[in-house]
Amino acid sequence: MKTMTHAAAAEVFNQDAARTRWHDETLWFVRQKRDRAAQTLPEWETLRSWASQIKDHTLSHLDEYLSEFERNALANGVQVHWAADAAEHNRIIHEIISRHGIRRMVKSKSMLTEECGLNEYLHEQGIEVIDTDLGERIVQLRHEHPSHIVLPAIHLKREDVSETFHEHLHTEAGNHDPQYLTEAARLHLRERFVAAELAITGVNFAIAETGGFVVCTNEGNADMGAHAARVHIACMGFEKIIPKAEHLGVFLRLLARSATGQPVTTYNSHFKKSLPGREMHIVIVDNSRSRQLGREDFRNSLKCIRCGACFNTCPVYRRSGGHSYHTAVAGPIGSILTPNLDMRAHADLPFASTLCGSCTNVCPVKIDIHDQLWKWRQVLAAEGHVSWTKRVSMQMAAFVLSRPGLYRLAGRMGRGVLKTMPWLAEHRWNPWSKSRALPEPPAESFRDWYLRNRKS
Amino acid sequence: MKVGLFIPCYIDQFYPQVGVATLQLLERHGCSVHFPVDQTCCGQPMANSGFASAGKGCDQNFARLFRDCDHIVAPSGSCVLHIKEHLKDASDPEGSAHIRRHIYELTEFLTDILQIETLGARFPHRVGLHNSCHGQRGLHLSSMSERMLPSFSKPARLLSMVEGLEVVMPVRVDECCGFGGTFSVFEEAVSVRMGRDRIEEHAANDVEYITGVDTSCLMHLEGLLRRQGSPVRTIHIAEILNSVS
Ligand code: SF4
Repeated sequence: MKTMTHAAAAEVFNQDAARTRWHDETLWFVRQKRDRAAQTLPEWETLRSWASQIKDHTLSHLDEYLSEFERNALANGVQVHWAADAAEHNRIIHEIISRHGIRRMVKSKSMLTEECGLNEYLHEQGIEVIDTDLGERIVQLRHEHPSHIVLPAIHLKREDVSETFHEHLHTEAGNHDPQYLTEAARLHLRERFVAAELAITGVNFAIAETGGFVVCTNEGNADMGAHAARVHIACMGFEKIIPKAEHLGVFLRLLARSATGQPVTTYNSHFKKSLPGREMHIVIVDNSRSRQLGREDFRNSLKCIRCGACFNTCPVYRRSGGHSYHTAVAGPIGSILTPNLDMRAHADLPFASTLCGSCTNVCPVKIDIHDQLWKWRQVLAAEGHVSWTKRVSMQMAAFVLSRPGLYRLAGRMGRGVLKTMPWLAEHRWNPWSKSRALPEPPAESFRDWYLRNRKS
Repeated sequence: MKVGLFIPCYIDQFYPQVGVATLQLLERHGCSVHFPVDQTCCGQPMANSGFASAGKGCDQNFARLFRDCDHIVAPSGSCVLHIKEHLKDASDPEGSAHIRRHIYELTEFLTDILQIETLGARFPHRVGLHNSCHGQRGLHLSSMSERMLPSFSKPARLLSMVEGLEVVMPVRVDECCGFGGTFSVFEEAVSVRMGRDRIEEHAANDVEYITGVDTSCLMHLEGLLRRQGSPVRTIHIAEILNSVS
C-alpha cells in the first residue's frame, strides 16, 4: 500500500472534527502544563542554553566521548556492540536472544527500536516481544505504531482502550474507567515481567566518564524488566552520549518539565553493571546519524532529547495526529530527522508546517527546528523531490515577480496577479476556495493610487 | 530621514488601503517617504516552497530599488523577516547587507525608531489582536508564550494609544492562524482548521474586528469569515493607527 502524504492523511484525520478538537485540546493541555512547570524556574532559559551548549560540544567531540564510554562500560563488565544501521542493530539483538535460547522477553519504551523496526523483525523470526510501557502496549495490541514519542497512545480515547482491552485482555465490555483498565493492564503486564528472561530498554543518557546510562520512565517498567530478567539489552542512538554525570542535572530538570510538566520523571534509573551471573549489553547505533552529523545545516537536530515538547506545541501536529507523519518519530523533530533517512519517502514532511517557530521556542536544547524545516525545503527542491506542478508554478511566479513591467501588466489584467500567486489562483478546484472566499480585487493597486496622489 | 516604503505584492494588488494608511502614518510622523514604483515581491512565496534560488531576480530588483534608503519599512512582518534573513543579491552584497540591517516592520519602526508616544487616532471598537508568527517569533514584536522572558508587545502598546479602542486577546495568545503561504493550499484541511480555531476564540470575545501586522494572515482569516457569513471583520493595524479625523 502506498503511504499517504502528510496532507492527505491530515485531511482524513480532520474529517472527524470533534476528535480533531479533542486531540488538539489534549495536547495543548500538556503544552500548558509544560509552561507552568517552566515558569517555576527563574533559570529556565539559562538551563536551555547550558543544555544546548553541552550537546553542541558533545556532538563536536563524539568520537572521543563514545570511545571513553565504551572503555568505561567494558571495564564495568558490560558488552558493547556497534551497529551501523537498523539491520545490524536488529541482527545483534536477535543473535543475543538466540544464543541464550530465550523465548520470553519484555521491552520498555525505545523510539530507536521503533526506528529500526525491531518488533517486526523479531516477529518474522518467530519471536514476540511484549512492550511494557502502557501506551505502547495498547498500540501494540492494536497493531498500530506510537503516534507520539512520549505519549504513544495519545491518539486514542479511553473508549478505544476499553474496546482493545476487552478484545485482548477480556475486560468488561463498555467499562471505560481508567483505573479499572489500568489495573487490568497491570495484572497482564505483571505476568510478563515475572516470566521475562530478557529485557530490552532504551537509553536517555549515556555518560562517557562512568560508562553508565540513565533510563527515564514514569511507570517504572524499564526497571521491572531489567531487574527481573537475566539479560538486559540497552539500545541507544550514538547521540545519547553526554560527557559527565554532573551534566545529568541540567537535562533531567529540562526533560520532564518539557515533556509533561512534571518537575522530574518518576523513575530516572541509573544502570552501570549487571548483577553477578547476569548479562548487560549496550547496542550503539548509527543508522544514518553520521550522515546527519555531516550536514552542517542539520547537524544540531542530533541534540534532541526526545521530550516531545515540539509535538505538543505544534498546531499542525495537534490537528493532524502522529500517524499522518508516517515515521517512527513524528512531529516537527521527525520532519527534520527523517528526510535524512530517506529523502524521497519523507519529502512531504518539511512542508507540513507553517514555519510558525513555536517548536524552536519550546525545545529544551534549542534546536532551530523551524529554520531547519525551511532549509530542508531548499534541499528537497534542489534534489528534485518537489512535485512538478509546484516547481512550474514557483518558476512562473518568480519569472513574473522579478519583472516589474510584467508584474504590473498581470496586476492590471483584473488584478490577474491572482493567477501568479500559486495559493490564490482562481480555479474551481483550487483548495483555497473550498472554505475561504478570495479577496475582492480593488479598483486600483496601491501603486496606481500612489501615482495619482503623490506623483502628480 | 529617507524612508523607503515597501508594499508587498499582495497588499499592492488586493489591499491598497493598507499601503495608503502606512504611507500616511509615516508622513504624519515626519518621515520623507520614498516609494520605488518598480517594486514587486520579496521572494518569500518561492523561498518558503523550497525555491529560494528562483528568487534571485526578486532579490536583485529589491536591492537595486532600496539600497539607498536610510530605513526600509513595510506593513508586513513576514515579508520583512524574509528580507532580513534571506536577501542576497550577489552583485550587490553591500547594498543587501545594508537593507537586511535597516528593514523594519511598521509597528517595530514606529516603536523603536520613531519612538511614538501619541497617535491622535480614534477607533471606538472592540478589537482582537492576532499575533502573526513571523512578526512575533521572527522579529520579536512581542514576547512569546513559550519563552520565560518579560512580557511586552509593540503592536498592543500602539493600539493602547488609540482612543476608544479596546484590545481583547484570544485564549491562546499566540497560536498560528494556519496561513503559511502555500501551506494554505497544500495542507488545506489543517490550514482551514487552524484558521477556524483562531476565529472561534476571537468571536467568543465578541470582537468586531481582528487586527494584526500581517495582511497575509488576515486575508486567510477574512476568507474564512466571509465564507461563514460572520459579522467579524479583519483590518490591518496600519488602518487602525491611521484612523485620524
Ligand atoms: S526537538 Fe527539542 S522539543 Fe522536540 S523532542 Fe527533541 S528535544 Fe524535545
